[in-house]
Amino acid sequence: MKKEIIIAGFGGQGVLSMGKILAYAGLIDDLEITWMPSYGPEQRGGTANVTVVLSDAPISSPVLDTFDTAVILNQQSLDKFESKVKPGGALIYDPYGIHRAPTRTDINIYPVDAMDATLELNNSKAYNMVVLGALLKINPVVDIESVMAGLKKALPERHHHLLPLNREAISRGMELVNP
Amino acid sequence: MKEDVKLMKGNEAIAHAAIRYGADGYFGYPITPQSEVLETLEALMPWETTGMVVLQAESEVASINMVYGGASTGKAVMTSSSSPGISLMQEGLSYIAAGELPVLVVNVMRGGPGLGTIHPSQSDYFQAVKGGGHGDYHFIVLAPSTVQEMADFVGLGFDLAFKYRTPAMLLADGVVGQMMEKVVLPPARPRRTEEEIAIQCPWAVTGHSAHRKPNVLTTLELDSAKMEVNNERFQRTYRLIEDNEVRYQEYYTDDADYIFIAFGSIARICLKAIEDAREQGLKIGLIRPITLWPFPSKIIAEMSHKCKGIMVVELNAGQMIEDVRLAVEGRVPVWHYGRMGGIVPNPPEVLDALKSHIDNA
Repeated sequence: MKKEIIIAGFGGQGVLSMGKILAYAGLIDDLEITWMPSYGPEQRGGTANVTVVLSDAPISSPVLDTFDTAVILNQQSLDKFESKVKPGGALIYDPYGIHRAPTRTDINIYPVDAMDATLELNNSKAYNMVVLGALLKINPVVDIESVMAGLKKALPERHHHLLPLNREAISRGMELVNP
Repeated sequence: MKEDVKLMKGNEAIAHAAIRYGADGYFGYPITPQSEVLETLEALMPWETTGMVVLQAESEVASINMVYGGASTGKAVMTSSSSPGISLMQEGLSYIAAGELPVLVVNVMRGGPGLGTIHPSQSDYFQAVKGGGHGDYHFIVLAPSTVQEMADFVGLGFDLAFKYRTPAMLLADGVVGQMMEKVVLPPARPRRTEEEIAIQCPWAVTGHSAHRKPNVLTTLELDSAKMEVNNERFQRTYRLIEDNEVRYQEYYTDDADYIFIAFGSIARICLKAIEDAREQGLKIGLIRPITLWPFPSKIIAEMSHKCKGIMVVELNAGQMIEDVRLAVEGRVPVWHYGRMGGIVPNPPEVLDALKSHIDNA
């Protein structure tokens, strides 16, 4: 098993955190992991992306050209990464703010109304967890319980009271797609 | 999940490993892409546990001179920075080499020259390997390619530095500094006691209390005859290091028609390209120098008798390729593929570059 995933969007959407939680879940599931972020001023606006590789064998390159799954949260990232999904792979995107929808026919495309769902949940910070839920439904690369345990590791203790809210957001994300 | 397996960035691994090694002091100044080294040390507060000093100095120039001072007393001290910061340290580094002092310097390279970019680069190879400061000197230069090696080479760097009384540099790049992967941290050990330092470092300036002749550490020698004796001693140390400390790793070299030579994170990109190439029936191998100085010339020379061509892949315009060419002595073509400015090539790009050289050969 080897999954090569890119998550891309605006800085502040929780792109890097989502990748980190996936990585921690992979750690708990005893997988090999690389987590390679775009780093620097992207974190304060602009586009941000992270490449996460999860594998049951040692991983050579943390830098990749094509991906099994792309999670896309803004137009710039869609323009950049639509062509980078391997044929037969998955492109998950939030149509919120997208004015040129993906057009490829050789990949599986999943629109996920995560922004709308997050607004309904009344917690904008849970946005990336809703997206993560959709990703896990489409691509159950790690166990949901490992994700929760990973969240616990990634979050400082003072935020642990937010764990149930995150679980709710992940569940909501899972309901948004039917692969 | 094994409890001792952690997930962290390469920069964070350096901080953890330094504390666990029993380092006595870290002096540094923040700069992307390695600020997490200092940040992690500050967060871990080792001064409360091992007694390790962590100080954010006012500049890189101050940092390296604090390291110079600390090392003079036999303490295990280190600094870390990125390319422009390492340039600022060059005067101090030359003095430290001349003082025959064991220190560990970490350079997580970013693109230059000048302030350049914050993104990954390997454009400080010449500076690290050929001596960025003035005078005839060498650092032992270790090039980690994984987060695990970021952790392991802290201890290795310190051990080699103390063994040969010479500075060691960990030459990493933004990729391996910023990426997270699994790591098993080295076992924690206590800092050395004053008694242990006195035995291990009889040269250290620790205050002699009239029990022995004063130790003097100076890099100034106005008598040229004496200075040449010093230079000869340095060179003897370097020859000893060249004879004993060359490190490298080979991948798929047994049946390889072509060889990549790459260090750090780029070696991993080459490895992925090799995996793809082998599926297409193209037999490529990889030599990954782990010590950039001393350089693994011998294995490269041996390989040049067996293979049809060598491509050096670097995040620069062609630096390590000079050392490769010296080793190959013209036996086979030596090509270069490099990206600059903080751009990191992907595996197909590297493979395509090699294929075009093969087609044109």
